[in-house]
Order: sequence, then structure tokens, then C-alpha cells
Amino acid sequence: MNENSELLTESMNATNVEHWLHCYEQMVKIRKFDEKVNELYMKALMPGLAHLYIGQEAVAVGVCEALRKDDYITSTHRGHGHCLAKGASINRMFAELLGKEAGYCRGKGGSMHIADPESGNLGANAIVGGSAGIATGAAFSARLRDSDQVAVCFFGEGALGQGLLYEVMNMASLWKLPVIYVCENNLYNEYTHVSETMAGTVIARAEAMGIQAISLDGQDVQLVYSTMQELVEHARRGEGPAFLECKTYRYYGHHVGDINREYYRSKEEEKEWKEKRDPLKLLAEKLIAQNLTDQSVLDRIETDVQSEIESGVQFALEAAYPDPSEVTEDVYA
Amino acid sequence: MPERELTFGAAIREALAEEMRRDPRVFIVGEDVAEAGTPFKVFSGLVEEFGTKRVVDSPISEAGISGVGVGAAMTGMRPVVDIMFGDFLTLAMDQIVNQAAKVHYMSGGKWKVPIVYRTTLGATRRSAAQHSQSLHAWVSHVPGLQVAIPSTPYDAKGLLKTAIRNENPVVFFEDKMMYKLKGPVPEDEYTIPFGVADVKRLGIDLTLVATSSMVQVALGAAEKLAGIGIQAEVIDPRTTAPLDKQTLIDSVKKTSRAIVIDEGYERYGVTAEIAAVIADGAFYYLDTPVKRMGALDVPIPFSPALEDLTVPTEETVFQMAKTICGRS
Repeated sequence: MNENSELLTESMNATNVEHWLHCYEQMVKIRKFDEKVNELYMKALMPGLAHLYIGQEAVAVGVCEALRKDDYITSTHRGHGHCLAKGASINRMFAELLGKEAGYCRGKGGSMHIADPESGNLGANAIVGGSAGIATGAAFSARLRDSDQVAVCFFGEGALGQGLLYEVMNMASLWKLPVIYVCENNLYNEYTHVSETMAGTVIARAEAMGIQAISLDGQDVQLVYSTMQELVEHARRGEGPAFLECKTYRYYGHHVGDINREYYRSKEEEKEWKEKRDPLKLLAEKLIAQNLTDQSVLDRIETDVQSEIESGVQFALEAAYPDPSEVTEDVYA
Repeated sequence: MPERELTFGAAIREALAEEMRRDPRVFIVGEDVAEAGTPFKVFSGLVEEFGTKRVVDSPISEAGISGVGVGAAMTGMRPVVDIMFGDFLTLAMDQIVNQAAKVHYMSGGKWKVPIVYRTTLGATRRSAAQHSQSLHAWVSHVPGLQVAIPSTPYDAKGLLKTAIRNENPVVFFEDKMMYKLKGPVPEDEYTIPFGVADVKRLGIDLTLVATSSMVQVALGAAEKLAGIGIQAEVIDPRTTAPLDKQTLIDSVKKTSRAIVIDEGYERYGVTAEIAAVIADGAFYYLDTPVKRMGALDVPIPFSPALEDLTVPTEETVFQMAKTICGRS
């Protein structure tokens, strides 16, 4: 389906350049956010671990830009990108990562559990594939409530090993639910190459259940966005679910502490992706090549985002920890 | 006018129908719930009244329906997910334990999961090891879940209505041997709060704490005990989470002796938890150690000659009560 998807790509021109600059800004935000997370970890300022989204920015941004605010997403352990792309605030994200009361979950969730009803984020999930039921249920609920909301389930290719995904994709297809399964294939299930864990192809799994399935270059935000727009409209019209495989790459390790990676992937491979298939570079090059912007505009975006990041971290570092009495609150509603 | 009687199964059905009429957000999803009305025929007539949009036959996917229920509950619906046999909870444990139970706390109280997982417990149906377990202790262990285990048609109806109106995930266990049991159920609307034990029989000589299927066993034993002059008090906690500790402790302070009877496996089970609560709260009032009677710690066997040995009976409870009352 790669060739067909190319046809869907929305063009870039003077009338929509603001949209593409916004996409660029969102991708820069995610990258700089997670670079700062890595720094916080290295300086031992952040409790626990985090899984960086850097390298995959075009997927989160391309997908979420095609959604409405009241559409739902479910996210993963590598979820900072999804949450920011769906509209989360940098300040409250950092506060949550540092375990502060001002965080999205009052410090009870941390990096792997950011949730935010206001932006339709049903929650990041630390069980691989664990949110597939939740996303499908949100789509089921939208249908029962006669709403035209759609739900997006983000998951990595590692989740293809989980049975739950197949159970709920079957139901989504049977019941024509407005859910889009977005598989971010970054090639590694933690520290193991996907070729060692997966038989067959990714999209054949969805096609077997009669779900429209597309595989595309997840580093091309234009392509991801345009394809998602089609799939979202299709789902909104009640025509059923879709499955999108985005081929992508995580620049860092499985988590921030995964520094020495040569035993499972080469430095050459990492270099190849960073130099030739970086989603930010690819978009910047296109915009400049078509004379829709110039480097100074992009530089300004980066500078502005960087200062947002710095003030976000400062906010979080200065924020208060939850009161000890919070430990037993919200076990029950 | 004589009080109306309903079977346990009909009481469940009436609770569901009333709540579905009252609240359009309530729907049922599960295997064979619509035209089949479940293998136990508990849902007969519901699909005719509410249609297939609200009584939804699902594939045989316990994890799938459990997870779909969580997502639907978070986004404005009130799902009742039917897990045909309690043994199949094992297939859905991630969705119930890691998802449903955690979402509210993990999101800092922002998302809620008002969902009911209806399922069964109980042996002696000659169904062998994978269709006979009573696994309510597993879910009672997990903060974030509430667990109801009714013992009468009256309690079943009132507790199920409360479960459906509850803002939290509830696992609701019905003894599959009890569906035909009849009991008084008033026509008028009522609900039963969670965490309130019910004294099923008053007594002064010992306390029988019993749950679900074991309440009828305890009542039978109490009747026999009365015949030899021992007045047993029978108390049904009705929900294991929350647990009404005070009513149990107060009863034992009065009687000084207790047996805890539950159909779950004895080791690390509901009987262990309740015995610990009594020992902690009424230690200085006890004349004898608290006794526990649960399912024998074996996979439930098929042969009637073996299966009947695995669960407490009126006779075994009667004998144990006599022993701790010094009447052996």
C-alpha cells in the first residue's frame, strides 16, 4: 500500500505553510522535551527511568494533527511524544516526571502513565499492548453514544506479540468501530530485533480480520498526516477501523539507561537513520526547498521551544511534592 | 399480602433490567448473553427488551471484552461485562488488575472506571477443575477493585444495583449452584450498600462467618446446632472489599468463638483474611483460636465421590462447631 499512500500526501503550499510550521514546532517540542528528560536522568534529578521518543516524532505529530481535541488516544511506555502531540502542557508533563503534585497525575503516574481527560488522552500504559482494549472500548462507547469521536491506539511493534490486540481488532472489525491502530515499528522489542520476534508481516495481521491496513514511512510527517486524515474521516463516517504501520526508529536505547547498544544494533545503523531519515530534517529540507520558509524561521521556532522547555523544567523543579496524605487518596472514586 | 419470592437468577435479571431502564449508559457485553441469555439463562428476555445494541454477544475473548469495557467505562458508559465462569477471570487478569483497578489512582483521580464484571463461583456442579473454582480472593487482594459475593436473591438484587451505580470497578460473584434458590425480594426499589455485613441468624455461643454459597451451609449447620443447644450467629459480609470488619469483631466479642467458611481455596484465602481481622479485633474475647473452613487445596476433581470432599458442608461445619464449643 506504500505507493497508494503517496497519492494521499497533502501538498505543501503557501496557504498551508503555517500548518507545516506548526507540525515542525510540535516535533521540535517533543525532541527537546525528551533531550531534557535524558539530561535530568543523567544528572540524577529524575526518579526512575524514562523511554525516549526521539526519532519517532513524525508519527505522534502526523497522527495527532489529524485528530480533534475530543478524539481519544491511548499511549505507551514510550509516550511523551503522543501526550505532547495531543496537547499536553510541557510544565505539567515535567512536573509529573519529577513526581510533583502539579503533574498530570498528581505525581502518582510518572513517565509511563500520563493521562489527561482535557486532551482526550486516556492514558499511557506500561503494559505492552495493554491499552488496546481501552482504545477499542472508547471507540465502542463513541458508537453507543452516537458520537462521531474516533480513538487512536498507539503501540510499538513489540505489542504484536500480545494476544489482546488480536482479540480487540477482531471486535473492532466485526462491529465497525471508529478506532485506528497505529503501530510504531521502530524495529526493536526492547533489546531484540523484530526479525527475531515476529513471523509474517505486520499489516497482514490486520488484513486477516478485514481491517484496512497501510504501511508507510513514519519519518515523513506529511505522509503520516495525510494518510491519517483519510483513515480518520473513514472511521468518523462509521466505515470501520484501520491499521497503520509507521516504519520508524528510536535514536536512543530502550530506556535512558540503555547506553551500550552494540550487542543488539550497530552505530552505523543509528547514524544512517539520524543522518538520512530524521523527521525534523526531512520536513525542514522540504519547506526550504519549496521556498515556503527559510532557516531563520526554523531557528526561531527552536529557540522559542527551547525556552519553553527550560521554563517548564524550572517550574517542575520548584513545584511541591504531593502531601503524604495523598498516598491513600483516589484508590476509589 | 405474602412477600414476593424470586429465584437468585431472576433477582439478578430484575436488577439488570431495572438499571438498564433507569440509565441508558448501562449495557451488557459477553459471550452468549443475548439470544442465549447466558448458559444459566440468567439474562433471558433482556435482549428482547433492550436490543442487541445494549445486550452484545461478543467473541470468546475474555481479555478483549474486559478491556473494551474499561475503555467504554472511562468514556461515559456503564458496562456490565459477563465472564461466564470465574475460572476465566485468569484470561482477563491484566485488564482487570493492571487496567481497571489502576486507572483512577494512576491518573491522579481524573479518569473513572464504573464497570461491573459479573462472574460465577462454586463447585459441586461436576464441572471439574477449570469450571469450578471460587477465585474471589484473587481480586479482593487488589486495591482499586470492589468485590461483592451475595448469598440470597434479596442481596443479589440489591448489591448488583449498587455495583452498577458504583463509580469503581466491581467484580460480582454469583454462586452458579444458587441460581434456582428462592427467597423474598420486595417489589419496591431498594439497593444494598457495600461494606455492610448482614446478620443472617442471631446467636450467642459462636459466630459462623460465611460468604456466598457457604451462607446456606452455615444456616443449615446452625439449625442442627440449635438441636443440641448451641446458638450459632451467622454473619455474611456480603462484600469482601470493602469488608465490614466491625460487625464481625462485635459478633465475636459476644460469642467468643468463630469459624470462617468460604468456598475459595483455604490457603492465603478469604478465610485467612477474615480470621486475621477477628484475631486482631477480638483477641482478648476469644476462648479458642479462630477456625477456617475453605475449599480443599486441590484442583477441583470431577468424580462426585471426590468433588464433594473439597467443599465445606453442613455436616463438616456442624462437627467443627461442636468441637470448638467443647461438645465433641
